[in-house]
Amino acid sequence: MRNPAKRYFFIFVLPTLLAFLIAFVIPFILGFFLSFTEFTTVNDATFVGFSNYIKAFSDDNSFLNALWFTVSFAITSVISINVIAFLLALMLTRTVPATKFFRTIFFMPNLIGGIVLGYIWQVIINGVLYRFNYSITSSATFGFWGLVILMNWQMIGYMMIIYIAGIQNIPTDIIEASKVDGAGTFTTLRKVIIPSVMPSITICLFLTITNSFKLFDSNLSLTAGAPGNKTQMVALDIYNTFYSRTGFEGVGQAKAVIFFIIVAIIALAQLKFTRGREVEH
Amino acid sequence: MKRKLLSLLTAIFCVISCFSLASCGEKEKSQVYFLNFKPESASVYEKLAKEYEEETGIKVKVVTAAANNYEQTLKSEIAKNDAPTIFQVNGPIGYNSWKNYCLDIKDSRLYSFLSDKDLAITEGDGVYAIPYVVEGYGIIYNDAIMKKYFALPDKKSNLTDAKEIDSFESLKTVVEDMTAKKEQLGIKGVFASTSLSSGEDWRWQTHLLNVPLYYEILEKGKKPDATLSLLDANEIEFKYADKFSGIFDLYTNNSTTAKTLLGSKSVADSMAEFALGEAAMVQNGNWAWSQIAGVKGNTVKESDIKMLPIYMGIEGEKGQGICIGTENYFAINKNADEASQKASLDFLEWLFSSKTGKKYVTEYLGFITPFNTFTESELPNDPLAKEIAAYMNNDSIKNIPWAFSAFPSENFKKDVGSALLDYVQGAKKWDEVKKTVSDSWKRERG
Amino acid sequence: MKEKALNRLLFIILLFMALVFIFPVFIVLINSFKIRFSIASNPFEFPNADTFTGLENYTEGIKNTGFFSAFGWSLFITVFSVAAIVIFTSMTAWYITRVKGFFNNLLYYALVFSMIVPFQMVMFTMSKTANVLGLDNPIGIILIYLGFGAGLSVFMFSGFIKTVPLGIEEAATIDGCNTFQVFWKVVFPILKPTAITVAILNTMWIWNDYLLPYLVIGNDYKTIPIAVQYLKGGYGSVDMGALMAMLVLSIIPVVIFYLLSQKYIIKGVASGAVKG
Repeated sequence: MRNPAKRYFFIFVLPTLLAFLIAFVIPFILGFFLSFTEFTTVNDATFVGFSNYIKAFSDDNSFLNALWFTVSFAITSVISINVIAFLLALMLTRTVPATKFFRTIFFMPNLIGGIVLGYIWQVIINGVLYRFNYSITSSATFGFWGLVILMNWQMIGYMMIIYIAGIQNIPTDIIEASKVDGAGTFTTLRKVIIPSVMPSITICLFLTITNSFKLFDSNLSLTAGAPGNKTQMVALDIYNTFYSRTGFEGVGQAKAVIFFIIVAIIALAQLKFTRGREVEH
Repeated sequence: MKRKLLSLLTAIFCVISCFSLASCGEKEKSQVYFLNFKPESASVYEKLAKEYEEETGIKVKVVTAAANNYEQTLKSEIAKNDAPTIFQVNGPIGYNSWKNYCLDIKDSRLYSFLSDKDLAITEGDGVYAIPYVVEGYGIIYNDAIMKKYFALPDKKSNLTDAKEIDSFESLKTVVEDMTAKKEQLGIKGVFASTSLSSGEDWRWQTHLLNVPLYYEILEKGKKPDATLSLLDANEIEFKYADKFSGIFDLYTNNSTTAKTLLGSKSVADSMAEFALGEAAMVQNGNWAWSQIAGVKGNTVKESDIKMLPIYMGIEGEKGQGICIGTENYFAINKNADEASQKASLDFLEWLFSSKTGKKYVTEYLGFITPFNTFTESELPNDPLAKEIAAYMNNDSIKNIPWAFSAFPSENFKKDVGSALLDYVQGAKKWDEVKKTVSDSWKRERG
Repeated sequence: MKEKALNRLLFIILLFMALVFIFPVFIVLINSFKIRFSIASNPFEFPNADTFTGLENYTEGIKNTGFFSAFGWSLFITVFSVAAIVIFTSMTAWYITRVKGFFNNLLYYALVFSMIVPFQMVMFTMSKTANVLGLDNPIGIILIYLGFGAGLSVFMFSGFIKTVPLGIEEAATIDGCNTFQVFWKVVFPILKPTAITVAILNTMWIWNDYLLPYLVIGNDYKTIPIAVQYLKGGYGSVDMGALMAMLVLSIIPVVIFYLLSQKYIIKGVASGAVKG
């Protein structure tokens, strides 16, 4: 049987398809291609093979530093965000007064944009450090923890909401049953609650990992990489390589391809890993 | 329902496509798009463009790049359909990056205005960029505070006026003694903050570094002109690194601000400290006048603002003047259509030769121009510009040119800036800074 | 009893956390009324007679950044992009879920794939493409956002559509509705909760987005994040006071939007995640 909907392809799919081609598909393919060339605008690209990829690592170690910084940042914030968000979710699913109010407060920072967030925290952190005659650019350690705190402040509320939804989805009789069986709070948490919220954990890990890796706006406004590019994350390093160095456009594009591959591998590996555990239980 | 939605969708699509077509259509007309380098002059240029439009009916679009973002902005803008028609290069190095976009303007009236034709950037027979402002920098000081110091009975220096300071030694004695007596003088520190936050460190990684590298290339260079010799240098030794650290330490040890905080300071912060009388000296150039004048609660008097040369203790610095030169050259976009190129030149020629234009240049932009359309009396009236003019006209001293326009790249300057920040924060030894300077030079030139 | 004591303790902990969460915004608010030079060194102090400047930071900041025009562009771009995303991606999602075929499957996977690609991968080529096609204006950028937001939105819509029984649509077809009518009269009302979620997630993204609008239209049309960032170096000096005031002004619309629609936002975020 011929599906009558097929005739409507042009109205239903074409606008999105066209936009998707223009905004993503063509630039993506072009970007991949340009990473093997030297260019200043697209028209003057000359093929240079893998030299951009070699230069990405050999010219200076800003890319390796940025990768390392990003990985440590991502690990630290993914763990802290998810632990704190999960604890808050546990607290807010109990019969504590004013849970709605708390939810509202905790979620709010998530709506504030990265540029604005960066400046807010710059004032606070510099204000504290100023008493000890330091500023956020005095050492990379300050910048690192500043970014971690900022990321936590922004993401905890979001993840908390997802965990709350997950916990509320657990049928109460399962928890009751485990209590009747004599399981303590901790055992209930480990044996019943955590396995049941695995889908929430999957999505929270996915969101925190990808967001930590792709962080750009807050990095730009909080530290802009100072001191000496030591707090520069990969996204900012690529941007700076691309736009502030003449003759390094191709190298920036090559770094972007490497970055894309890393993010894709980590995101897919994580999904596979946690999805696998969801099935188990 | 169906009709309504369908027509809505078609309407949206029509609007989008019409808009894109319309913007294509506009390109036929000539247009002037000026990508401005000087953020402190942004509002003046906008006013100026409005006045020009009223006078001639030609619209000038002014876009100002954020501080230290000019190359970035130019790179993304020049690739566009409506690319800037007037942009600026910062000297021979800048010209090298943008030469594919620079129109030959040797037949323009603007070039004919240029008093000293050697100042333009040329290649072969062509003239590709023309300087539009001559600037100078040194150590700006507040003479009221200096007079107070020289009047102290127990001062260690045997000088009687700031103008008598003529070497690094005498500067050092005065500065260190002033620090010891800063309560008496009512200042927080002798020097305003050595701003080292990112994008705010050009006074050190570019301007201050100019001096030792100028002297180094003067000895070793093969070309008559220091800038040209530096342009040829594939390597530098950074021979006077110790002299550089001498003055740099003097700045940071006698500062209003603790060393650990310098990484968060901006140029504006240090100009404000100077304007509020918290510091007696600050290294900067005559463009800083608008910043000093713009600070609220400003205590420094116009007549007290003077400038000293930057002495470092390098042999032969007796009789040294301030650093005078330009890094501001106008270029016309070669890829723009002919009408737009002409309109752009017309605008610049109007700016530097008409009565209204010249008034803006001297009064609001505060530029000392290299053009013969300006008479002796048509100079900016601010105290710093007057100091610069006095140094320029004084034949008994040797001013230092802006050889830094031959520094290999923006990245080199960035490297030096972050090494200096690491140094003041104790994360790097001076030897490592020295090595960074010569290594980065070699790498960026290569 | 033990339960009650525990709850009280938790309440105190939560209250403390809530204060920690509000604190930064509060600090920015009080600093927006102080003179610019007493901000960096002493942000935790209330304005006093010496440091209070009234609304000067606000007037100065609004003047320098052209805040109202930035607000207007942000609003324009966000509203129309989100509308375009909801309308077109819901249709696309429904079509490629219902009409199987190699091409539709390929499109679906390409869209999902685009979700994990970092923006830096396409930042230059995309802004170049937009420029060549004349899309570097506030209307053209809507198309870009549609293309960029399509991944997540189609993914979420089709996740939901898969759970909608075919029977309803078939019944409507038998009643004489054509496909277009079936979608808007029957399917879309069912999709409404997902549409709200999609709208909210995209609003949060587009309203706060910096780099994409900066590269595509940033020099001619400044959105709020671009105007705030431009304050830093665009005027030759950083005016901390004006910066604080602009931060407050850019947070206010967000807070209003949030308080008005928080029921949907929280539900939307939660359900969006569960479906994902």
